[in-house]
Amino acid sequence: MKVTLWGTRGSLATAGPETVRYGGNTSCVEVRGADGTLLVLDAGTGIQRLNAGVGGITSVDVLLTHLHMDHLQGLGFFAPLYRPEVHVHIWGPASTTMDLQRRLVRYLSPPLFPVRLRELPCSLTLHDVPLGTFTIGGLAVTAALVSHPGPTVGYRVVEGGIALAYLPDHEPALGVRDFPAEPSWTSGFDLAAGADLLIHDVQFTDEEYPQYVGWGHSSIGQALAFARLAGVKRLVPFHHSPAHTDADLDRLLEQTRAREHPFAILPGKEGLTIEL
Amino acid sequence: MQKPLELILMRQLTGYLAMPILIADAEGTLLFYNRPAEAIIGRSFAETGELPLLDYMREVHLYDEDGFLIPPEERPLPVAMREHRATHRRLRIQGLDGRMRLVESTVLPLQGQGGRTLGGAVIFWELDQR
Repeated sequence: MKVTLWGTRGSLATAGPETVRYGGNTSCVEVRGADGTLLVLDAGTGIQRLNAGVGGITSVDVLLTHLHMDHLQGLGFFAPLYRPEVHVHIWGPASTTMDLQRRLVRYLSPPLFPVRLRELPCSLTLHDVPLGTFTIGGLAVTAALVSHPGPTVGYRVVEGGIALAYLPDHEPALGVRDFPAEPSWTSGFDLAAGADLLIHDVQFTDEEYPQYVGWGHSSIGQALAFARLAGVKRLVPFHHSPAHTDADLDRLLEQTRAREHPFAILPGKEGLTIEL
Repeated sequence: MQKPLELILMRQLTGYLAMPILIADAEGTLLFYNRPAEAIIGRSFAETGELPLLDYMREVHLYDEDGFLIPPEERPLPVAMREHRATHRRLRIQGLDGRMRLVESTVLPLQGQGGRTLGGAVIFWELDQR
């Protein structure tokens, strides 16, 4: 399985010289299975950079964690949507009152977007993502609800015993007095347990977090504690705050090196590719 | 095995509320009761921990207003979970400390996305102290 980060920023695309190394595009991760299966995790503005690598495909599955704009804004610009020969499957959480299609058309329709969902030339199938495990090509995908405002899932993608966990927007510490709690009471634990690679929310510094309790994101310290609890092998800090410059993120990651961790930390930079 | 997110958040919320609340899962396990509920159940949750509801019901007895023992299948929590409806009832509860207390109990069945039955939450309203 090959994993490439095309958008690592949280909340708002943040282009500029001060974000050029970690990247300014919002959440989008490409996952390629050994058999060529292509998954796209979230459709933030990073999806534009993925377009260059999807010229010859005939099928792709886009897995949305939730429908906040930073995970959705790139969807209408995903090139395969405009190719009649491509089967595009979009998976995402329904709400308690609306299915994915009804939720998506609120964005993919005028006045917010000029093209309607039904006008897209591709062969499009929408799936309310089931909570549990399902198969896409050679990849076993598990979706589970995670702690974040509104219906939000995280994903675990497994191929040949190798596991990727993707929790870009996640606040497992919400309401937990001594985080981390025991595993059975920790949001996202089953998705991340023993993962070879965990891509996890680090929107805030530990000092910033108290001002943003309940916003659905983690501090770097919480992400490290969660990764330790889950026993992952590698952690990619992800979903960087738009307020954090490259220099800020360098400092943040440098601070994580002040103590040893039972996992490797790979800086979540746009363009990073990891072979699992 | 991780609990469903809705139950995790429910327990976290319960831990912050001043109302006595107990939560159970759909498999028949008493998962948690908060500090205010400890005064009604008669023992701290740290002492009891998670336990099968059947064990809990064997030791914590409920009586109707006339003093008759309420059989397990007619207790508010099993009724709410079985019939997927809220229940509200005035009753007497004999806790693990042996004391009898007059309470009202409101039980909400907990249903998650996709129609999943997750368990139930019992809110106690202690009347003795009013």
